[in-house]
Amino acid sequence: MRRLLLVLLLALSGCSAHASDGTRVTVLAAASLTKAFGEEATAYERAHPGTDVVLSFAGSQSLVAQVQQGAPADVLATADPATMGAVRGGLEDPSVVFAHNELAIVTAPGNPLHLTSLQDLTRSGLKVVLAGPSVPVGKAAAKALTRAGVRVTPVSLEDAVTGVVGKVRLGEADAGIAYVTDLGGGVGGVPLGGTRTDLVIGPLTGAGRAFVQFVLGAEGQAILKKHRFQ
Amino acid sequence: MRTRPPLALVLPAALAALLVLLPLAGLLTRTPWARILELLGKEQVRQALWLSVRCALSATVLALLLGVPLAWVLARLPFPGRRLLRGLVTVPLVLPPVVGGVALLLAFGRRGVLGPLLEDAGAVPAFTTYGVVLAETFVAMPFLVLTVEGALRSLPTTPEDVASSLGAGPLRVFRTVTLPSVLPALAAGTALTSARALGEFGATITFAGSYPGRTQTVPIAIYALLQDDPPAAYALSAVLLLVSVSIILGLRGRLR
Repeated sequence: MRRLLLVLLLALSGCSAHASDGTRVTVLAAASLTKAFGEEATAYERAHPGTDVVLSFAGSQSLVAQVQQGAPADVLATADPATMGAVRGGLEDPSVVFAHNELAIVTAPGNPLHLTSLQDLTRSGLKVVLAGPSVPVGKAAAKALTRAGVRVTPVSLEDAVTGVVGKVRLGEADAGIAYVTDLGGGVGGVPLGGTRTDLVIGPLTGAGRAFVQFVLGAEGQAILKKHRFQ
Repeated sequence: MRTRPPLALVLPAALAALLVLLPLAGLLTRTPWARILELLGKEQVRQALWLSVRCALSATVLALLLGVPLAWVLARLPFPGRRLLRGLVTVPLVLPPVVGGVALLLAFGRRGVLGPLLEDAGAVPAFTTYGVVLAETFVAMPFLVLTVEGALRSLPTTPEDVASSLGAGPLRVFRTVTLPSVLPALAAGTALTSARALGEFGATITFAGSYPGRTQTVPIAIYALLQDDPPAAYALSAVLLLVSVSIILGLRGRLR
């Protein structure tokens, strides 16, 4: 019995022990930032030895819900300003725009069905996936479709842009509306001009400020450019 | 004189009970009961409830039509590899549902093993209500197979032998002798299967996606609503909790 307790305690302490003695910065970031922020974190850790960046990616609306439920985090980066608005009161400093993205039609590699405009997404029998109406990319896509006067009946509403890209990459769907930054990497497609989006970032704690500054700085911006954010 | 129960057992037992009861109580206290009808009347919620009822019912019927014969074959028909098959068909009981979803995609998805065949037939189940039923049946049917097969195996075969010696054909023996004697197990298995089908989330969202009215069942709607309309998510969760409690109450005695 005593031995069992000891094992349990050890296991529990193992769960909470820090990987290093240094500080830890928890960053919640929009799913579209998965690759770019992975690199931001590595660069930040290199610039701040002993600091451990913990990343969590999901649809922005899901991250905001997590923050509202009290998830411990130091930085929040969302794919549009409106979504960030819901946690404005919880920010240490006001959020700022740190990058731009653009919508894109994503398809199988090489775009075998030659889908080049929103109108093409209405072809009968075509399986299109979109993000849900509360997801930033879903909202932006709905706006673009309305503006173009195009009605698309999607087969699924995903809860993050990665879900849209994933379904197309798996071949289960023919096309989806995601971001320019998703093109390449197993999917083809075309950018949708005139659909610029703003990504915003803000610190949830004092400890998060340095990471925000890093992303806004020259090195952070260069990494975003490399991943085709504007 | 009764000795005092050992604290070393009572204390963890109390903690265990609290671990289960506290979240349930938390859900019930935070459920906006005063607004529940209004919340359950929202279009997305209503669609999810109706879809879930239809899908769980279809999955249960499918599980009965296919699972009971399977249970009979596993219990009564000696054939090589029977023990292996018996083990394999119950794998979904312990398989993480999301893995079930991936497996279903790889079998029945467009790029799956049977994909081209299904595509030619115009019957790709991914993103369709029929895909939801398939996922729910995959996950839930083993409960029925396991329960009925267990009951069949513990049943003495004498009445069946007598019936066939009196000239009843094997199908008639199954219908008039075997099936009635496993009725309690059949009822319990059906209840467990429908409960599991109703609660299915991981395999369904992986295999069939999420679209209101078509593939967004109650658990998937709860997951989506928790992000934009938490009170509606609480209300739907309370509904599923009450359904689960009634199933457990209905099963009391049968599972003892």
